[in-house]
Amino acid sequence: MSIDVTQFHGVFFEESFEGLDIMETGLLSMSQGEIDDDTVNGIFRAAHSIKGGAGTFGFSHISEFTHGLETLLDQIRNGEREATHEVIETLLSAVDTLREMLTAVQNSSDVDEEKVAQVSHALEKILDAAVAETGMNVEDTSVPDSDESDTTETNTQQQSWLIHFKPLPHLLQTGNEPIRMFRELAELGELAVNVNDEELPPFTDLDPEICYFSWELTLTGEMDEAEINEVFEWVDGDCELTIERLQENEASDSPELLQEQQSHDKPEVVEAVSQPMATDLASIAGDAPSKTPIKNDVAPKKKTVSSDASTASIRVGTDKVDSLVNLVGELVITQSMLGQIGDNFDVSMLPQLIDGLEQLERNTRELQESIMRIRMLPISFVFNRFPRLVHDMTSKLGKQVELVLTGEQTELDKTVMEKIGDPLVHLVRNSLDHGLETPEKRLAANKSETGVLKLNAYHQGGNIVIEISDDGAGLNEEKILQKAIEKGLVEPNESLSPEKIHELIFLPGFSTADQVSDLSGRGVGMDVVRKNINSLGGAVEVKSESGIGSTFTIRLPLTLAIMDGQIIQVADQRYIIPLISIIESVEVDISKVKKVTGKGELYKIRDEYVPLIRLRHVFNLDGGIEDLEHGLLVIVDCEDYKIGLFVDELLAQQQVVIKSLETNFRKVKGLAGATILGDGTVALILDIAGVMAMHKEPSIIKQTSLKSVV
Amino acid sequence: MANILAVDDSASMRQMVTFTLQGAGHKVTLADDGKQALDIAQRQSFDLVITDVNMPVMDGLTLTRELRKLPSFKFAPILVLTTEAGPEKKQEGRAAGATGWLIKPFNPDQLLATVKKVLG
Repeated sequence: MSIDVTQFHGVFFEESFEGLDIMETGLLSMSQGEIDDDTVNGIFRAAHSIKGGAGTFGFSHISEFTHGLETLLDQIRNGEREATHEVIETLLSAVDTLREMLTAVQNSSDVDEEKVAQVSHALEKILDAAVAETGMNVEDTSVPDSDESDTTETNTQQQSWLIHFKPLPHLLQTGNEPIRMFRELAELGELAVNVNDEELPPFTDLDPEICYFSWELTLTGEMDEAEINEVFEWVDGDCELTIERLQENEASDSPELLQEQQSHDKPEVVEAVSQPMATDLASIAGDAPSKTPIKNDVAPKKKTVSSDASTASIRVGTDKVDSLVNLVGELVITQSMLGQIGDNFDVSMLPQLIDGLEQLERNTRELQESIMRIRMLPISFVFNRFPRLVHDMTSKLGKQVELVLTGEQTELDKTVMEKIGDPLVHLVRNSLDHGLETPEKRLAANKSETGVLKLNAYHQGGNIVIEISDDGAGLNEEKILQKAIEKGLVEPNESLSPEKIHELIFLPGFSTADQVSDLSGRGVGMDVVRKNINSLGGAVEVKSESGIGSTFTIRLPLTLAIMDGQIIQVADQRYIIPLISIIESVEVDISKVKKVTGKGELYKIRDEYVPLIRLRHVFNLDGGIEDLEHGLLVIVDCEDYKIGLFVDELLAQQQVVIKSLETNFRKVKGLAGATILGDGTVALILDIAGVMAMHKEPSIIKQTSLKSVV
Repeated sequence: MANILAVDDSASMRQMVTFTLQGAGHKVTLADDGKQALDIAQRQSFDLVITDVNMPVMDGLTLTRELRKLPSFKFAPILVLTTEAGPEKKQEGRAAGATGWLIKPFNPDQLLATVKKVLG
């Protein structure tokens, strides 16, 4: 029987990568001095499973590499070795290497052999040191003891063996049955069995759980002693066993002799044994106890199959699936109820119809929520990479930082999660690099040597909020302002509030790395961070206090697939504005409109001037309201600036399912996507930033100064 | 044919063991760790138990010891899956009451041959 083991590769990779995460997390907590049995055992088990799986599924190089890792972990587990800094660092790099090796196998790509050899060598060096110190033989465990017997007898000439087998009384209680062993021997050659029942007590004293018999067996055929030993391998220690080779003449005599005794004693067991001998059970003997280690016959054949499967799959808790099944059940009931009403509808049934439709609406909403929950994963998927990042960076920077993670179980849509990873890494790196001070500086500032970096996630309304805060030095306002003036982003004589200065770090021109890397504040690539977060429909803001620390707050929608939208009418078109961007809608007071040459129209709302954008001009629509007094102004938030969108009419607010224009058509300026409305028509979803860009790129300096008027 | 309880904390191993044994016509019940297996075994008897050694919650050797205490598993064959084939490991398994062992890594054919050895 041959089974294609490649079909199990996907699961193997998935659990191996999970195992590596467990190992990494465990090793990091060990490096912080938390060495408890659970952690160490968990790490060991993960390594052990990867080794076993890799061997079984045909990745012998991975299982060989893992062997050293496992041995080292076993020693730590057994208290034979101390988990020193060096040991943990080596284990961490071994985890990295293993991850690379697995990824390489998964993608059928090459692995950096040199690095593997290097890490392998580092592990061996530690293991060898143990031999020198404790005299312990590390290699011992890896050598199967059957190897010894390989050298003993390799003569496969026709020969006879006399086997004396006396089980200890408890043998049956180990689940071993002499009859099975005899059957195996019968597969090796011609077997004659003689039972000795001398020790069988009187029936009244008989304990059926005890084995009273012993046996004399004669085996003739082409086998060596090792093969016979192997049959008794499992009962070694539970029996007395002697195996002797018979001389030629003895061999020929003995079966007859035994045959004679057999007919004399007639124990039932013997008959049972001689039967399988006659059958063709011997056919399986050939492949059964094969001693040659099987390495290559399970080598991966179809290399590319598993790679894309792993990226597309998602692990879902059964409770979520159960709830879906329930809901679908309810939906089916509602549907059949509505069906019945429809079959012979009469106006008197109107209340029932309304009830039914309400129920349908409820079912649909719940179903939608449940389905969204399936795509939700705990944010720990992203957070989990930070302990390692902090560990590696702090040792490089010579800082001491304690990382505090909270709200790791907060759930977030998978696609949002995938896209928020990089911006978060960026913010964490910035905190470590620029925010938190060195131990000396901290002590000098009357702070504890160890800085604290906190990552927190929680739900707020329909959003998820992620906070990254540190108790570092805070943003250096003076330097930021200076840099902004240098870059021409701010007028030299302008006075800005601290909040406005903090905001500057998000401006594009501010972020060329070479100029700001010496800045003790932040700024490297912050505009990209903001852009990425905005593209997810989210927002980021910063609060900072000199000497106390900084907090970055990211707000994100829970999912990218569905959003709350405001439907608006412009000329004959309907558009959707994301509800999250809308601040307010106002009727236009014509006295507050101000025309500025070259800047278009501005609208004064309270003390602030906002650019007025006519959507029908932006999208070149015919018809629609031209007279400002007859339409409405929707004030929306656009990357922290406000703009007023002039529309004909506000229609309903509703949840809309976002369809990508990019996938179905192409990217269109000013539009974030499309959706299908209740009446079946398609409505386009506005990308506020894009609309603003289409209207006219307002100069940042102007915007900044406009806002600073407040 | 035979009713087999397979215990392993690795999903890929469980899949492979199940697929192989079912392919050979056996009925397979799965457990993720020793504790789960013991709970199942307390309600149901099996012709054979195949268990991994290193598992969370309850390891395979503890499971073996616990199973031997149950009347229906007193004589039942229990095979342990081990990666280490060293004599001490085997002795440890035997002392716990294991019938024999399967050395990891193994391939489906080896698994079937070993299962065949203890059944029937």
